[in-house]
Amino acid sequence: MRILAIETSCDETACAVYDPGVGLLAHALFSQIDLHAEYGGVVPELASRDHVRRLLPLVRKVLRESDTPRPDAVAYTAGPGLAGALLVGASTGQALAWGWGVPAVAVHHMEGHLLAPMLESPAPDYPFMALLVSGGHTQLVEVAAPGRYRLLGESLDDAAGEAFDKTAKLLGLGYPGGPAVAQLAQQGRDGVFRFPRPMTDRPGLDFSFSGLKTAVLHAVKSHADDAQTRADIALAFEQAVVETLAIKCRRALEQSGLRRLVVAGGVSANRRLREQLAQLDADLFYPRLEFCTDNAAMIAVAGALRLQAGERAGPQIAVRARWPLAEL
Amino acid sequence: MTTRQQWLPDEAATLVLGAELAAALRPGSVVLLRGDLGAGKTTLVRGLLRAMGHTGPVRSPTYALVESYRLGGCDLHHFDLYRMGDPEELEAIGLRDYFDGEAICLIEWPERAGAMLPTATHEVALQVVDQGRQASITVC
Repeated sequence: MRILAIETSCDETACAVYDPGVGLLAHALFSQIDLHAEYGGVVPELASRDHVRRLLPLVRKVLRESDTPRPDAVAYTAGPGLAGALLVGASTGQALAWGWGVPAVAVHHMEGHLLAPMLESPAPDYPFMALLVSGGHTQLVEVAAPGRYRLLGESLDDAAGEAFDKTAKLLGLGYPGGPAVAQLAQQGRDGVFRFPRPMTDRPGLDFSFSGLKTAVLHAVKSHADDAQTRADIALAFEQAVVETLAIKCRRALEQSGLRRLVVAGGVSANRRLREQLAQLDADLFYPRLEFCTDNAAMIAVAGALRLQAGERAGPQIAVRARWPLAEL
Repeated sequence: MTTRQQWLPDEAATLVLGAELAAALRPGSVVLLRGDLGAGKTTLVRGLLRAMGHTGPVRSPTYALVESYRLGGCDLHHFDLYRMGDPEELEAIGLRDYFDGEAICLIEWPERAGAMLPTATHEVALQVVDQGRQASITVC
């Protein structure tokens, strides 16, 4: 069974073709396509997040690359995300499915992230703990079985990746902030600055990174603006984020008794984080980076699961900008 | 149009200012929030939402671009346009649909939206000064 998957919940326009029995056959983000080829030499001006004009060239590309004239089902992200952006993927997905006479299925974006490790080999066995840590999310989720998720903790304000991006900005570094801060931190001296480990001194698995950003701001403003100081601040910031994440992961594993930890999201690429997590008493699984950030391959995996469970989207085109994982 | 200045010595003072602002808002109010990273814009929104009865997390909308709440029968949208490169993007993501004249809209980094935004009813500018913040509050 071949599934065409569509993801348009936020910044990325993404498509994939996936066969649960075979694996991933094609996947692409809009940024990877050759506009010149798709538009026959007339390259249009496309605004970022203009999913309407970005989506069909991408659908054509993955169908062509996977040699799929007509898929057997269409999966699309129905939430959570921006309503206007979600509607582009949902209406396109529904229309294509209707035209082909095949079923459509609505997918929860975060279920996609949680199931992304299933694209890897070896894939983790169930149950496992998942840390989703990116520019948009910082969540700890217990995955008991496919479709059975429990949100144990999340950021109450800024996501960890967002804290990296904003710290990078405060330190005069470029975007994306994670790699830039991590690189600068390599020149930092241990112990010159020390920032708080937010919410680690109390029980619970929630996170808060907004105060850390403010701490960085005050450190930048109240010290000499030289390269060494910036590196020292970068190191102290990275240590604070990484240690906070590691403490919460250890706590979540201890509380749940689980021994497998999936770490996904752009921040999972951070070397210091991987070193710290390696010391935990757990088997670690990292989806490859392109499936850690928003993509359609993970939507296909979740869609396949939902289709196998007999789910079908009704004829109405509905999206859910807010869609708690608990309501799945 | 009237503008007043207020000194906010700490985060608690920013939260109180948010609560005071909440009392002045009506359905359809549009509040522009200006200030650099870390100036306390989202903190102000947290104080405002708490005063309006919201008890859950107040997530930064930087990534999602907008976080929406329903409070006492009124929709409230909290935008962060920091990541916008081009006002045309706002059209692409359907931003106009949120400005329905009924919902309260709080907009961080409004300068990224060009001429796309509705007329503001309030504007708050926050500036970092030492450990505190200087607030400039305008009622339009």
